[in-house]
Amino acid sequence: MRYLPLTADDRRAMLARIGAADVDALFRDVPKAALAPLSVFDLTDTKGELEVERILSQLAGKNIAAGAAPFFCGAGAYKHHVPSSVDHLIQRSEFLTSYTPYQPEIAQGTLQYLFEFQSQVALLTGMEVANASLYDGSTATAEAVLMAQRITKRGKAILSGGLHPHYAETVETVAGLFGPMVRSAVQPGKAEDLAALIDAETACVVVQSPDVFGLIRDLNPIAEAAHAKGALLIAVVTEVVSLGLLEPPGAQGADIVAAEGQSIGNGLNFGGPYVGLFAAREKFLRQMPGRLCGETVDAEGRRGYVLTLSTREQHIRREKATSNICTNSGLCTLAFTIHLSLLGEEGLTRLARINHAKASFLADRLAALPGVEIVTPAFFNEFTVKLPKPANAVVDALAAKGIIAGVPASRLMPHDKSVENLLILAATETNTDEDFAALTSALQEIL
Amino acid sequence: MSMNNQGRPTSSGEAGTTGLATISGDRGLDHEEKLIFELGHGAVGVDLPDVKISDRRLGGLRRKGAIGLPGLSEPEVVRHYVRLSRMNYAIDSGLYPLGSCTMKHNPRLNEKMARLPGFGDLHPLAPQSTAQGALELISQLMNWLTTLTGMPAVAMSPKAGAHGELCGLLAIRAAIESRGEKRPRILVPESAHGTNPATAAFAGFTVDEVPAKPNGHVDAEALKAKLGPDVAAIMLTNPNTCGLFEGEVKEIADAVHAAGAYFYCDGANFNAIAGKVRPGDLGVDAMHINLHKTFSTPHGGGGPGAGPVVLSERLASFAPIPLLVADGKGLRLIEDREAAPAGAKPFGRMCAFHGQMGMFVRALTYMLSHGRDGVRQASEDAVLSANYILASLKDVMSAPFGDGPCMHEALFDDSFLEGTGVTTLDFAKAMIDEGYHPMTMYFPLVVHGAMLIEPTESESKASLDRFIHVLHNLATEARAKKTERFAGAPHLAPRRRLDETAAARKPVLRYRPPDSLKAAAE
Repeated sequence: MRYLPLTADDRRAMLARIGAADVDALFRDVPKAALAPLSVFDLTDTKGELEVERILSQLAGKNIAAGAAPFFCGAGAYKHHVPSSVDHLIQRSEFLTSYTPYQPEIAQGTLQYLFEFQSQVALLTGMEVANASLYDGSTATAEAVLMAQRITKRGKAILSGGLHPHYAETVETVAGLFGPMVRSAVQPGKAEDLAALIDAETACVVVQSPDVFGLIRDLNPIAEAAHAKGALLIAVVTEVVSLGLLEPPGAQGADIVAAEGQSIGNGLNFGGPYVGLFAAREKFLRQMPGRLCGETVDAEGRRGYVLTLSTREQHIRREKATSNICTNSGLCTLAFTIHLSLLGEEGLTRLARINHAKASFLADRLAALPGVEIVTPAFFNEFTVKLPKPANAVVDALAAKGIIAGVPASRLMPHDKSVENLLILAATETNTDEDFAALTSALQEIL
Repeated sequence: MSMNNQGRPTSSGEAGTTGLATISGDRGLDHEEKLIFELGHGAVGVDLPDVKISDRRLGGLRRKGAIGLPGLSEPEVVRHYVRLSRMNYAIDSGLYPLGSCTMKHNPRLNEKMARLPGFGDLHPLAPQSTAQGALELISQLMNWLTTLTGMPAVAMSPKAGAHGELCGLLAIRAAIESRGEKRPRILVPESAHGTNPATAAFAGFTVDEVPAKPNGHVDAEALKAKLGPDVAAIMLTNPNTCGLFEGEVKEIADAVHAAGAYFYCDGANFNAIAGKVRPGDLGVDAMHINLHKTFSTPHGGGGPGAGPVVLSERLASFAPIPLLVADGKGLRLIEDREAAPAGAKPFGRMCAFHGQMGMFVRALTYMLSHGRDGVRQASEDAVLSANYILASLKDVMSAPFGDGPCMHEALFDDSFLEGTGVTTLDFAKAMIDEGYHPMTMYFPLVVHGAMLIEPTESESKASLDRFIHVLHNLATEARAKKTERFAGAPHLAPRRRLDETAAARKPVLRYRPPDSLKAAAE
């Protein structure tokens, strides 16, 4: 087996040093009946690289990659162009094959990029502090609600109807153990009266902007309403490129921001791994979950970085920790931070404007089709249209023609009849005029 | 030297250096590297057109102020991260003996496969008819995981080991509620990983610690005595964090089941027994599998991981959505709890979408490459290598449980350092000067000054011999009270010991431009 360096001679010599007759003597604490012979495992035997590559390539070949078709899916994961240097750099051995930076003297590379990442996330979201990442946007949102419950010592969370339903379910699954989770009604394309739902038991209000239908939400009035009742505003962002063009949540009164960072530096990967961004007001620092990297000096006075405030964390505090999280999303944060460094201020704002221009162009084309109505008056790069027939059938019919037309709202809200005809579409810098023409003409044929 | 308002230098390389002071502050191949924010000068590392847009559809929420991001060209960005990378230790550059962490070789074929466009560029909500190959891959991986563990079901969506623990405990919680019972307590051995008690609290349980016996095994009698109608589950790591197999595991499982509770096994150390022992045969009800340990998806400086959870018959129906089912048209994801097949009662959802697909591709590639025989050989080699280290060092270092064999990691304590003035920390940091990453220190907590060494199956005998030689000599010097190389070690790393107390006392968690710091100070 090509990955195993020990030879039969080595193994014999090592057993002799140990004083064991054979390797099974080392497994002597295992009950005899539990030692399984190889034949118990109905699985294949060792294969060479060529053979494995063939098998995996065949599986991959059965899927339609986003780049292989006119493609318009969003709803929490977005197709963007990632510069070649990003993937090259994250595959450097020193980044790819290192552990969590517990030994800072020989992990300054990881620690410094985490510090830079935290700085970038704080700037993008307009918040005071950010952590070194969580698993993804949905789990970051759940952690934000738990944090709000700890801070306010209240249980209830109000979840906007525009929050991605997968996010809402993730929040309900964990934070629902500690208080009621109240979902506001779904009203595609409209703001909702969340203020009416906030009471003295409310820990937080969770609002996504742009929301799952693509609608840009004004967080200011919600923040005011929440703060008036002693509740926190948690802002959720699933398309982080939007922050290159839109007012950041921090400027709109958000107390905690939970975001999905996949759009910058990371591929679609059928849903993971992604990178959860998590930022907050500084006064809540000690209630934050996850790793934090901080600046310090070494014994010779040189600047350096360490993991810090770890008394919040599970390996020190055990059952009193702020979260059970152990890893962050290290390599995905690296991809994020490298891509954002390449973009810089000007690149990111240009990228955001291009995304909005592409989506606006597509919206205008679709709005001209008979029976098609744009539901979201204000959007970034994603919007919702109402079709004259159920959207899932339309998406399937277009998929058969090689066009991935977007996400039917019914896939995310299967029990809500009112969204049956709604289709959520995203357009990014990767979409061409040919893509738009292909979608428009194919839709026209079907409708 | 300029200082910021925390009294720390505002750039690297300004303060003391050992030996020859250079003009640049760099030393040969060791480059000091500024923060990306200090390097930015308004350049751009991508070429994108400058498109004008109207505010018509922005809801009045167009960004008013600048973001504050630095601007650099591509060559500057590449150089920055290459220089940073060179300050890191990595498994590709040397033996990485972190006990409990399993730093084994990361095959590059796995990386290549994960980047095939059919996987890497596949949208999670693309029509399922266009993602059948991805679903087939998940199905194959599920088969490997259930077959290797001898368990009937597996939940794939948890995103890391701790997330898998949470998934397992939430399934247990749902199972108990479905029986109309309330069981608030979870038993956790004191040798457990910190995530175990943290997860139990996270899932709304209280934690009750079970002591370890002097021989490093969990005290089965104490554990049985704590069982009762209020106990939901035990969380047991096996092989345990002392590197020992819990031989009484079956009796413990039987007692737990007789008390109406569930057996959660922390699968962090599955890499010692994969292909040799099936946890399903030991009475396990739920166990997460760290794909980034046993199946070698890269650790990436702290993630991303993946933590699928295998489930027993008693828990399988409570697995969270999404569920993967086969029907006439092929494979299908069920993403809605109410659409679950008859008998299934999913407790909820762990995360958006379907789990760490990128890690699934890497793990299946690893499994197909190894095969069942290679997986078994890897476990045996990992155990053999750890025992080789134990046998070679136990006379000069002190091994609290060195009388018998260990599993995949060798545990030492600090009694050999007693009276030498050298601490576990000093000893471990001296390894850095010798070109090695230190072992896991001060864990497990049940051993004083613990040093946990996990060599994995990826080291050649020559590499192990060299490592043993170095540690043998270090231990001999320490015992002889030749403490010079230990005091204040490391001496030769990119940084000396860092002031963690100062970092925590006045946290500086982000870059701030010097102007704003000056303004803040005034």
